[in-house]
Amino acid sequence: MNSGNWQWNTFFEAFPVVVEGLGITLGLTVATYLFALIFGFVWTLLSAIRITPIRWLFRWIMEFIRSTPPLVQLFFIFYAWPMVPIVGFALDPFTSAIVGLGIHFSTYIGEVYRSGIEAVEKGQWEAAKALNFSTGQKWSKIILPQAIPPTIPMLGNYLIIMFKEIPLASTIGVAGILNLANSYGSANFRYLEPLTIVALLFLLLSYPSAILINKLERRMNRRFDKKEKSGSKPLKEEKEGAAS
Amino acid sequence: MTEPIVQYQDVHKSFGDTEVLTGINLDIEPAEKVAVIGPSGSGKTTIIRMLMTLEEPTSGDIIVDGKNLWHMEKNGELVPANEKHLRQVRGNIGMVFQHFNLFPHMTILDNCMSAPIHVQKVDKQEAKQRSIEMLEKVGLGDKLDSYPNQLSGGQKQRVAMARALVMRPKVMLFDEVTSALDPELVGEVLEVIRDIANEGEMAMVLVTHEMEFARDIADRVLFLDNGVIAEEGPPAEVLENSTNDRLQSFLHRFRT
Repeated sequence: MNSGNWQWNTFFEAFPVVVEGLGITLGLTVATYLFALIFGFVWTLLSAIRITPIRWLFRWIMEFIRSTPPLVQLFFIFYAWPMVPIVGFALDPFTSAIVGLGIHFSTYIGEVYRSGIEAVEKGQWEAAKALNFSTGQKWSKIILPQAIPPTIPMLGNYLIIMFKEIPLASTIGVAGILNLANSYGSANFRYLEPLTIVALLFLLLSYPSAILINKLERRMNRRFDKKEKSGSKPLKEEKEGAAS
Repeated sequence: MTEPIVQYQDVHKSFGDTEVLTGINLDIEPAEKVAVIGPSGSGKTTIIRMLMTLEEPTSGDIIVDGKNLWHMEKNGELVPANEKHLRQVRGNIGMVFQHFNLFPHMTILDNCMSAPIHVQKVDKQEAKQRSIEMLEKVGLGDKLDSYPNQLSGGQKQRVAMARALVMRPKVMLFDEVTSALDPELVGEVLEVIRDIANEGEMAMVLVTHEMEFARDIADRVLFLDNGVIAEEGPPAEVLENSTNDRLQSFLHRFRT
């Protein structure tokens, strides 16, 4: 393990092999993220149900999923789910990864949605009612357009966090970059270069994304500040009132 | 006698263990202007919030234009109203809030247009026309494309009034609409309310602390105290000649 062990020719040989898996890794990221975005909304709806025991049940399930390692969930979906009587069936590795990681991250995304919705002032709901909007119109025209934009930086952060968990899928055989690097390593008895390539690729993709999201966040905050400053004093009182 | 546009029949309202309203009976005539005054916590805002369906009465009935607001008939029996019934009856009522509650993500014009278009299914061009006229009437014809956070408090409140008026309600509710404004902006808002009141055809209920203003425009003043209407009558009578001690001491605070 001395530094003289680094071989550039191995690096250049392994590079195209590992990069081959980039499509799968990115594809899995996008598919899992979409799944989490959609399923997160389902959690938001379920945890807003007005019947208290049912609401508690779903909040508890969310908490359970969040406090269990995603790797365990992944293994469960891939290895254990097919053996569950009646409802169980086998899924291919790629789909298992989407479902397993997607469900895990959807519980966080659901919380993000919920925080966005709860941040919409009470007065907005009342105004929507006073103008006699239907329930559907109230959500689509008044509440969601205000609730979603402030959560975009948070949603972006989860995209990066999730991206970094995607290599977990290699454990069930999804041929992403980590999996290919590993195969290359075991075939050639050289792990240093291919795994360095994997790390570099992740850095290359997630660091600029993090900067982008940081920028987005600052822009959102600025927008919010502007609103605060030009708002009259009573608006602040109203916020305090809503918080109490 | 015309039929009242709104009737409260022995309406009670409790929040938890606290009974805020202990039997409100009140008829409001079409086109009547009613001012509601009283100490804070007396339930004046609750009275109009129940009419706007923002709070549900604990017991009693509210009749709007001959229809029971919070109850509907089902198989010959009165049952609690569902959202569909509430929407039907609520369409007669408009409200202006203390904190304006404009939609911050819409322009001033869209704030006014969206409910007529989506709720009343008014033709888009006509809704736009109506909204522009209304915004001109409240003196904001030059702000159509501005967003609420670019306006002063007084301007916001005038937009809120235009937004409610475009729906052409039969009853307009004003919930302490000047309390959140800087003092120098109160005048412009009262001016607009006065104009609306002078046009006449709509019933108005104003919860207010502006005694002078109440005297000017109201046909009737209600003094709410301890959960009931403790005193009511023409402004001159209630605000000047009442012998009710509680009312006297309440009014005294506004005369300094």
